[in-house]
Amino acid sequence: MKLYMKYVFLLLKSQMQYMSSFIMMVISQFFTPFALLAGIYFLFERFGSIGGYSMFEVFLCYSIIGMCFSIATCFARGFDVFANMIRTGSFDRILVRPRSTVLQILGGNLDLKRVGHFIHSILLLVIAIMQAPIDWSITKGIVLFNMIVSGTLIFSAVYLLQATAAFWTTEALEVANIFTHGIKEHASYPLDIFPKWITVFFTFIIPFGTVNYLPLEFILDRTEGSPLIYLLIPFAGGLFILPCLMFWQFGIKKYTSTGS
Amino acid sequence: MISLSHICKEYRVATRSEGMKAALKSFFKREYISVEALKDISFDIKRGEIVGYIGPNGAGKSTTVKILCGVLVPTSGNCSVLGLVPWENRLKHVSHIGVVFGQRSQLLWDIPVIDSFSLLKDIYRVDELSYKENLEELSYVFGLEEYLSIPVRQLSLGQRMRCEIAASMLHNPQILFLDEPTIGLDAVSQIAVRNYIRRINKEKDVTVLLTTHDMGDVEALAERVMLIGKGQILYDGSFSSMKSRYDTVNLITIEYDPTMHLKQPEHTALVSNENGRAILSVDTSKTAASSVIGQLSSSLWVKDISVQSRPIEEIIAEIYEEYEI
Repeated sequence: MKLYMKYVFLLLKSQMQYMSSFIMMVISQFFTPFALLAGIYFLFERFGSIGGYSMFEVFLCYSIIGMCFSIATCFARGFDVFANMIRTGSFDRILVRPRSTVLQILGGNLDLKRVGHFIHSILLLVIAIMQAPIDWSITKGIVLFNMIVSGTLIFSAVYLLQATAAFWTTEALEVANIFTHGIKEHASYPLDIFPKWITVFFTFIIPFGTVNYLPLEFILDRTEGSPLIYLLIPFAGGLFILPCLMFWQFGIKKYTSTGS
Repeated sequence: MISLSHICKEYRVATRSEGMKAALKSFFKREYISVEALKDISFDIKRGEIVGYIGPNGAGKSTTVKILCGVLVPTSGNCSVLGLVPWENRLKHVSHIGVVFGQRSQLLWDIPVIDSFSLLKDIYRVDELSYKENLEELSYVFGLEEYLSIPVRQLSLGQRMRCEIAASMLHNPQILFLDEPTIGLDAVSQIAVRNYIRRINKEKDVTVLLTTHDMGDVEALAERVMLIGKGQILYDGSFSSMKSRYDTVNLITIEYDPTMHLKQPEHTALVSNENGRAILSVDTSKTAASSVIGQLSSSLWVKDISVQSRPIEEIIAEIYEEYEI
């Protein structure tokens, strides 16, 4: 952890060398998502509600996923650009250092401009919380927090999967990119507005349902039964990162036995 | 210290024909051909040696180095570096070695060198005291004091390369792998870097394996040379005996009084001869250059004379040709 903080400190220092460019990037990251938001707004303007969800309820889901996405993209940036590290051979450099590969890759790359997107999401979340007709309780607050933590873990896991794929091919990565961003778009809305198979995919394969749809139902008082389940469900989704980490280790084994 | 025996490494390379259809097909099913990168490589390196590892591109140099660093697992064979099998104890193994890739920097581009150093200190868990000592010593040896606070991107290549080597020495490695440390450097920096390598080898008793295409590096640093071609070790021995084995031709240039007639000594060939300036090539396996000079100066009034051996690059090219590598 101390080493990671050092990495972060040094990356901040590098970033500060290009202060004005950095500020512009943050600002653009802040404003770009508004275009999409306008799209949603006009949709609701016309139809009133989608699949039984009001606009601010969708905003709630949308902002939580936006937050998870921006945090994960900021910190797991290294996995997003990992194919390049293999291509240029800098992954070999990581392998000749006596520290964990995950730590070195996370530490070596930060996408700080995502702060803009993050601030955007917080703003939207605050608006959604104030506007959506929800009876807030401490339990619901904790569920919300768990959603954000686990959602970030799941996005990071998806990036990790994308990086692991680079051990097998560096050609098909654009396809993988569509995949990661496609997931984000789907996860931004309550899952039951989609066809059944998409809901199943996002609950059991890549478990985004556990951090948006299921606990969202709880927050909106559309469920019955113990709140304990809904407290724990997001964590079940967060556990998704464990098999991904195992897959990553398997990928490294493959890399060291065959080379790039 | 380093011991390799019967190391083989086979790669499977995906083959693919051109075109969109083939690209799509390769996504699902691939055809492989196997390429033998290393065929039965064995050698030992003792503590404190500097070994030059040479060979043409694609001969297997970097594959060997990757195996020694624990980055690649060989198909078969045994290897022990400092008593450890590199790929089995990778994390433990790599804390005792230093690696410099001439073409890839390990320093952070935008921030001062000293920050990269302190990151490496944490990565290798070097304690404060020995870090300070090492830093002081290395910056003295390499003359780094004035560069430490400059961002890496503002350093010249020669300055940067010195910092790279210093960076890989911070954790007191016992073995240093240098991959083309002088590539792209001007003559002055090249000589400086060679001097630093010699000094750390002498003063810190560090074993050095040097891969390079620059014969000047090998000549200046390595007493022992290993030549690899097509995945096999073709020569392993002293640099001077390799040189004398192949360096059988000397060139003698003389300037003489043009009114006199040049009588060609035995075992020589006339390369050129005009206006009192002649170049002769001497077959040194049959006669010594000195006896040729003696014959020439007894029969001619010689103004100037010089003897050159062939450039080492030419000799190496001839060896490559001889082995068809």
